[in-house]
Amino acid sequence: MQFGFLLEQVVNGLVLGGYYLLIALGLSLIFSVGGIVNLAHGAFYALGAYISVEITRYLGFGSAVVLSPVAVALLGILFERFILRRFYDADPILSLLVTFGLAMVTEQAIRIIWGAPPISAAIPQEFRGSVFLGDFLFSRYRLLILAVVAAVLIGVWLLLHKTSFGRVVRAGIQRPDMVAALGIRLQPHMTAIVMLGVGMAALGGAFFAPITIVHPAMGAEIITVAFVVVVIGGLGSFWGVVIAALLVGVVRGITIHFAPAAGEASIYVLMFLVLMVRPRGLLGERIEKFE
Amino acid sequence: MPLTGFLGAIGSYAQLGVKMAAEEINASGGILGKPIDLMSEDSVNPATASTKAQRMIEQDGAVLLFGEISSASSLTIMQVAERNKKVFFSTGARSDALRGKDCNRYSFHCDIPNTVMVNAVGTALKQKGMVKGKKFVTLTADYIFGHDLLKAAKAFFSANDATLIGDELIATDVTDFSPYLLKVRQAKPDVVCCNLAGNQVTNLVKQYAEFGFPYPLVGFNLNTGDAWAMGEGNLSGTWPTVWYHTLDNPASKTFVETFTKKYGKPPENHAWIEYITLKMIAQAINETKSTESDALIAYFEKQTQFDIMKSRKAYFRSWDHQLVQEAYPFTVKPKGEMKDKWDMLVLGEAVPGAGAELESIYPTKTQNPCNMKA
Repeated sequence: MQFGFLLEQVVNGLVLGGYYLLIALGLSLIFSVGGIVNLAHGAFYALGAYISVEITRYLGFGSAVVLSPVAVALLGILFERFILRRFYDADPILSLLVTFGLAMVTEQAIRIIWGAPPISAAIPQEFRGSVFLGDFLFSRYRLLILAVVAAVLIGVWLLLHKTSFGRVVRAGIQRPDMVAALGIRLQPHMTAIVMLGVGMAALGGAFFAPITIVHPAMGAEIITVAFVVVVIGGLGSFWGVVIAALLVGVVRGITIHFAPAAGEASIYVLMFLVLMVRPRGLLGERIEKFE
Repeated sequence: MPLTGFLGAIGSYAQLGVKMAAEEINASGGILGKPIDLMSEDSVNPATASTKAQRMIEQDGAVLLFGEISSASSLTIMQVAERNKKVFFSTGARSDALRGKDCNRYSFHCDIPNTVMVNAVGTALKQKGMVKGKKFVTLTADYIFGHDLLKAAKAFFSANDATLIGDELIATDVTDFSPYLLKVRQAKPDVVCCNLAGNQVTNLVKQYAEFGFPYPLVGFNLNTGDAWAMGEGNLSGTWPTVWYHTLDNPASKTFVETFTKKYGKPPENHAWIEYITLKMIAQAINETKSTESDALIAYFEKQTQFDIMKSRKAYFRSWDHQLVQEAYPFTVKPKGEMKDKWDMLVLGEAVPGAGAELESIYPTKTQNPCNMKA
């Protein structure tokens, strides 16, 4: 019996990890390729949630979870073209400042457009309730999220490992100078990576809007966990981020099962332990430009 | 007033209410012929709240303080008020301890305390046969307010033959409740009871609806602003409230109409409580012709009666400075019957019932003793 309960927590933790992954993977990609720690990443997550709630009102939930990430990805083009691009070669402190500023501007803009009180959103009727497998229980809506995350993950992996686009991006992470020497411009690839990254964050926002509170500061809340995942996973590693996200979700779930008071602290303890043993993160690669 | 964090959303309603009251008072000649100069700050956390309160008194020359929703921040502001001998009206904090062991002569409490919320909901639950012999699980906010509410809830359970088979303390920054919900289901209770605060209630209710458990969810604390943010079909069960914009009396209707015209949405209970508090303060200063703390305290300790837009008048109880007033249990309106997205709640009968003394649902001197230093 006890084991069954624990298994529920583990599976639930994996789903939660999958949701963290949507945010953290983009953060990691943007950092690995552009060398920029995007503190505004949470803002795109929040925008994704707000835009999706807005679209749901007119076109329904199905359209909202597709259109909202697309809209945010388009915003990502402007973000990359007019802001990030100026900071690839600059002192990292400048890009930290500018993305931090952008996060605050976005949060206030949300406050102006949608108001400070949270806006309401609900799960579509057909995804409510739980699925039982014997005595094993699972939220139907979270199963949907799990399927979406798995699909996105496979898509991103194929994109990075099976296309020429992916080859350039991976080469750009390690040796941007060699990529340039071969006559390939990294900038258009960077635009695409930023679109992909912020689009995934928005997808996370769109899917979590119905089960969490949609309010202006929601971006700031998620960004800390996303950073923890990126740090644990290690830079430049696709699977590192995947494993770290799932691990964070599971560790939190199990800790809450046994010692609820330590639940929120557990992920930081995990980060601490991982960094003690592997300062570069679980699967982090040695990247010359950051050494 | 908290404007950010888990209480920020309802804090923003409070700000609108106090602004409107100040504008109305100033339009009709101000207080003692002078306009009110309102200063407002985000209280952030207990430490910042007390620093800012101290600065408002010392540097900005504030004659009195009022506001706050968090019981933890309210406690530190109460200490600032006592140290500086300035009156403080704590408008939204609900912890019993603030009126009891932490009470002081300079602090007044406008919102209903935890014991009253438990009594309001408890009375409604008892009528539905949901208490006697039932097994409860509680989810409680892990700070002074939650601890205090859990204590009141436990007293209610043991007085009414209910058993508490599980209680989870939850940090105020938790946004995902799924691991806790799995534990709730493992405990197989008859009723689940929410002792959370602010937007955590919203989150819990949304995720509770997501899992679709068969056990009814009730709660001893809810602010309507957090209920409005929950989304269609998510909220169910029985909850308490101190005021709601559909209350049927002339004063309330006028207030709701003016507020809605001005801000494009109806007032939330914090907008209401800030509004009536500033009006009471203005009345006190005008009648005593003084802003001196001693004169004001004496005026309120006379148990002066105030119209606070409810069917019975309210007064500050002299020995613990609690605003004694009606409270209401409510249930949720079926979707088809809502007139607009704010019309969510069906108010139950006011508690205490028409025959009983207002004070009968408030903690007594022996239950929550308060010793004010002169």
